Amino acid sequence: MQKFTSVTGIAVPLQRSNIDTDQIIPAVFLKRVTKTGFEDALFHGWRQDPEFVLNREPFTQGTVLVAGPDFGTGSSREHAVWALRDYGFQVVLSSRFGDIFKGNCGKQGLLAAQLSEKDIETIWLIIDEQPGVEVTVDLIAKTVTAGKSGFAFEIDEYTRWRLLEGLDDIGLTLRDEARITEFEAKRESWRPKTLPAR
Amino acid sequence: MNSTPKTLAEKVWEDHLVVKGENGTPDLIYIDLHLVHEVTSPQAFDGLRQAGRPVRRLDLTIATEDHNTPTLAIDKPIADLTSRTQIQTLRNNAAEFGVRLHSLGDIEQGIVHVVGPQLGLTMPGITVVCGDSHTSTHGAFGAMAFGIGTSEVEHVLATQTLPLNAFKTMAITVEGTLRPGVTAKDIILAVIAQIGTGGGQGYVLEFRGSAIRALSMEGRMTICNMSIEAGARAGMVAPDETTYAYLKGRAHAPEGRDWDDAVAYWDTLPTDDGAVFDAEVFLDANTLEPFVTWGTNPGQGVSLSESVPDPAAFDDVNDRAAAERALQYMDLDAGTPMKDIRVDAVFMGSCTNSRIEDLRAFASIIEGRTKADGVRVMVVPGSARVRIEAEAEGIDKIVLAFGAEWRFAGCSMCLGMNPDQLAPGERCASTSNRNFEGRQGKGGRTHLVSPLVAAATAIRGTLSSPWDLENSPVPQSDPTTQAAAKVGA
Repeated sequence: MQKFTSVTGIAVPLQRSNIDTDQIIPAVFLKRVTKTGFEDALFHGWRQDPEFVLNREPFTQGTVLVAGPDFGTGSSREHAVWALRDYGFQVVLSSRFGDIFKGNCGKQGLLAAQLSEKDIETIWLIIDEQPGVEVTVDLIAKTVTAGKSGFAFEIDEYTRWRLLEGLDDIGLTLRDEARITEFEAKRESWRPKTLPAR
Repeated sequence: MNSTPKTLAEKVWEDHLVVKGENGTPDLIYIDLHLVHEVTSPQAFDGLRQAGRPVRRLDLTIATEDHNTPTLAIDKPIADLTSRTQIQTLRNNAAEFGVRLHSLGDIEQGIVHVVGPQLGLTMPGITVVCGDSHTSTHGAFGAMAFGIGTSEVEHVLATQTLPLNAFKTMAITVEGTLRPGVTAKDIILAVIAQIGTGGGQGYVLEFRGSAIRALSMEGRMTICNMSIEAGARAGMVAPDETTYAYLKGRAHAPEGRDWDDAVAYWDTLPTDDGAVFDAEVFLDANTLEPFVTWGTNPGQGVSLSESVPDPAAFDDVNDRAAAERALQYMDLDAGTPMKDIRVDAVFMGSCTNSRIEDLRAFASIIEGRTKADGVRVMVVPGSARVRIEAEAEGIDKIVLAFGAEWRFAGCSMCLGMNPDQLAPGERCASTSNRNFEGRQGKGGRTHLVSPLVAAATAIRGTLSSPWDLENSPVPQSDPTTQAAAKVGA
């Protein structure tokens, strides 16, 4: 995973609430066995509409998505994160995220930054007044700058640290392998075993 | 032990702590059971291969094929090439890494969340994960079970652990007695309508109260299954005699001394008196009616006896905008009685409602009747074993005589990854869990319902409950005032 410090780019307003991962990427695209190449699948249903924000300039070049509350609810499909990333998004701003989606973002270097609903609406207004406005999302300072306005965002410290350092989770966990082995030695024999098959 | 009173969720969590997090780092939690399917695993196995890592605990891992599998002609090669490739990829990965796999045609094949409990692998006090958000289903046994993304699937395959942040706890207490015709599905739809699709975010839900205790394991699984639709990663029910009776004797359930040890431990799991939840929600089972969704998220629901709501009636601006969009997508007008809504299709299946008890409930309503003209009715058992069990009871014959389709096991039209999909504009009463735009097929419109409502709707062609049928096996009764009085006492 690449280190993430800050991003400056065009902000894309997505003024809807409850954007579930079925909308971000419909199930039909989950049949692929690769981890890249999902850019065409992003918001596939909505992109059929020429008026959809991603079909309008200057938003086709966006890298920061500014979405309504409860973004990324529903299915656990990490493909939603891959599709956003493959399309070119590096940051999603929302006032609330689906838990699993938020966790998946942290594993893939996509920043899910949480702002108040009021701040999201203010950013929408700023984009409305200056379409194509560049925003800067700074993970070190935990701030979003849009035009002359600045906003603070929230992210859990562990995810922030891992993004800043670009660290691989499995590698981190395996530093504790001795503790895992120790734990396994104490597990009770009644606990489930899939093998041998019965 | 004079420790502070704890909740069920806290106990299970603490018993799986490998490393306690410090200074903002997450806890490292041990995973007892990892369920794998074809959709969210290929990239995870790729990751292992690239890093040269084995699966750490093959004996805690099991795979099945469910999301992509056809529910007709399962003896033929899968027609859709990308689906076939994905399933073949799982077979190759399982063979290469040594993972136990139940493929199409195997008696243990089926929806991953039906297979785990059916094999007796799902049990109280364990941690269960799967690359599927409806893993919350297994919480019905008093397990801590939640869905994970593909990166986490790889993490569990490699380490049998997950770094996880602590959670908050929410008690959802449902007291009283459900009237005949009202089911677990109606409870959970009502709960989600009450707390919203984001209401459970950051929480583990514990379902409690006399109405929950009275439910079968199947009913409890239906409720925990849809915890994710309230935004919660996990839902749990404390284990009790109902749990033990379901589990005992299943293929992988503990035996002999192990069983006794397990029960002794499981008996310690229910939430202690005096334990404090971070949030509490109450629901009255006595007055609950069959419930149905009108919109495009599972929180947009009402009692079947009500009408499509007016978006203007929502105080919150986002809720109002979402309702307007939903009515447009669903092609519904505010004020239309829910029971006036005609459907084109009925889907009876999914990890929410495809177990044997669900099929029995559906069959009990349709038996001896024929479906409404022009309505397509599809019945999809949750697993090959459920299908065989249902056939032994003659349920397949009842379904076929009714004019419905009797299919092979899989996720099917719940998410339309296989050919079982709605056509654009088609409207479906579905026992599944998500009414998102396009979920059951592009342009398809979904109303989430219980198996009983699905059956009555298939008979009448309009959204209906068994209470609406002539000569109903389940007529409407008054709310149970006796039980209500007991709650107040």
